[in-house]
Amino acid sequence: MNASAGHGASMRIEACGKTFIDGTRALEPATLDIARGETLVLLGPSGCGKTTMLRIIAGLELPDPGGKVLFDGKDMTSVPIERRNVGMVFQSYALFPNMSVADNIGYGLKIRGVPAKERAARVAELVALTNIAGLENRRIDQLSGGQRQRVALARAVAIRPGILLLDEPLTALDAALRDRLRGELNRLLRALGITTIYVTHDQAEAMELGDRVVVMQKGTIAQIGTPRQIYFTPQSRFVAEFIGAANIIESPIENGYLVLPGGRQAIGNDANFPTAVAMIRPETIRVVETGSAPLSGVIDSVSFIGDRQRLVVSGASSKLITVDAPNTVQAKAGERVGLLISPEAVRLLPSES
Amino acid sequence: MSHRSFVWLCLLPLAVVTAAFFLLPMARLVVTGAEGPQGVAGYLAILTEPRYRATLINTVALAAATTIVTLIVATIAGMFLQRHRFPGRAVLIAMLTFPLAFPGVVIGFLIILLAGRQGLIGDVSNRMLGEKLVFAYSIYGLFLGYLYFSIPRVILTIMAAVQKLDVGLEEAARSLGASPWAVQRDVVLPALAPAFVASGAIAFATAMGAFGTAFTLATNIDVLPMLIYTEFTLAANFSTSAALSVGLGIITWFILALARSFSGSAVAAAG
Repeated sequence: MNASAGHGASMRIEACGKTFIDGTRALEPATLDIARGETLVLLGPSGCGKTTMLRIIAGLELPDPGGKVLFDGKDMTSVPIERRNVGMVFQSYALFPNMSVADNIGYGLKIRGVPAKERAARVAELVALTNIAGLENRRIDQLSGGQRQRVALARAVAIRPGILLLDEPLTALDAALRDRLRGELNRLLRALGITTIYVTHDQAEAMELGDRVVVMQKGTIAQIGTPRQIYFTPQSRFVAEFIGAANIIESPIENGYLVLPGGRQAIGNDANFPTAVAMIRPETIRVVETGSAPLSGVIDSVSFIGDRQRLVVSGASSKLITVDAPNTVQAKAGERVGLLISPEAVRLLPSES
Repeated sequence: MSHRSFVWLCLLPLAVVTAAFFLLPMARLVVTGAEGPQGVAGYLAILTEPRYRATLINTVALAAATTIVTLIVATIAGMFLQRHRFPGRAVLIAMLTFPLAFPGVVIGFLIILLAGRQGLIGDVSNRMLGEKLVFAYSIYGLFLGYLYFSIPRVILTIMAAVQKLDVGLEEAARSLGASPWAVQRDVVLPALAPAFVASGAIAFATAMGAFGTAFTLATNIDVLPMLIYTEFTLAANFSTSAALSVGLGIITWFILALARSFSGSAVAAAG
């Protein structure tokens, strides 16, 4: 095994854009490096180009001329998918309905001419790994959604792919199951340590699974970073609003303060801007007595969520401000409260986007 | 009037029509078949009488060959037409399905124009080989005719089935390393199997029972419908033609049931 961490191939896509025959630009030319063993998540709303990028990596789409796909430094751009040794999990799972669970998992090995005995051993290994023992002889239409998802993953991993590609593998499941399988999938991907590209529109999935997250918007890469980086230091308003909840405040800045209808808020440097766009995460705002904070407003509504409560405060800024307060805080609608925000929690964003 | 008797009353017209136009003639046909000099044994004549047996084998072989060749041609053409967009596609599909409207007589006429004594193929082969190739008036001409009117029936079913195929299945098979041939063999053809059985059954049953084309081409082609016709009109042999009719129905039904159960169990065994 190679000395570097993880299994599988390293990957680079170079200036890969995609224009469809009808002229639609699905992906602006993009360059990305993915390390061996890394899990990279492509995150974005539908139509942002994430699936197109995945399909270019898989070999199901050709990039526009000039684009290149390299595995371990080797140019794979014109190599068809069947010779790229990628494992792929589809949103619909695309399990073969005419084969049993075991035959589905073993299909890639059968195609590769692996002897039946060895194949059975590998299938048994994956059945154990993905926790589907006892289902080997079932037909696909006898499986639940969660079981199908595991079979699809086992089938993709069975061929020991250089790169594992997952296209919204949890989207077809209901919410409770999705949360449980997300944790399971995370442990499995860590255990396998294969280079993985994971496409999703769900930011919670991206946060939990990704070593790095690529946030995409309208065919371009909006930001690349670790989950912490994209959460705490978004580089655009789009990223700030797409990842988690965010208060976006437009206001003039004077001597290092946002000047707001409900008071002033320090931003941690003494910049002067005619107007700026600032982001403040709801959980970084503390609700205090009106006198103890320079900024105050009136509580519009209180939603008790269980582990916390969400307050909507008006009058502090020109827009409503959302605050996530601990569930122990006593707060009533109509009450006037102070909002205490540390200067580091205020993130200035480029005002254009 | 109670609700129940009202429902029964509504069913009455259906019952009358079914009895008058289906059950009674069928019963009469079955009875007639047993009224010949041999009695009920007349039914066995279709298997024991060498001439009838040969005709039966001929008919089944012709229908089977028509079905198989139709399925092959229609699958390739249907898959291509469904998956590709090109200028003239709509016109091509319209032309392929055009023969649906033709009666067997017209099909026979077309075959004569193509492979008859004054036909196109004869002309061309005469000029190129010095010999006139004429096969319209034989079982080969009949085969060509059946092919011509089976393809439209089958191709529409296949195209609908191809449209419903999940492209993801093919992509998944390819991602696992399957060559284009292996994808067809392991994924596409099994997924189309129900369409093959359904449309193949129609092609087979039509080829077993079609009469107009055979009658137009020649009166001495050995297929069951022609035999029934000659027994009935020329020999006035009512009981034999009735027995042959019932036999034709049962054999066709039996072969279709066999194909269906075979494909059903094949799917179950594979899945």
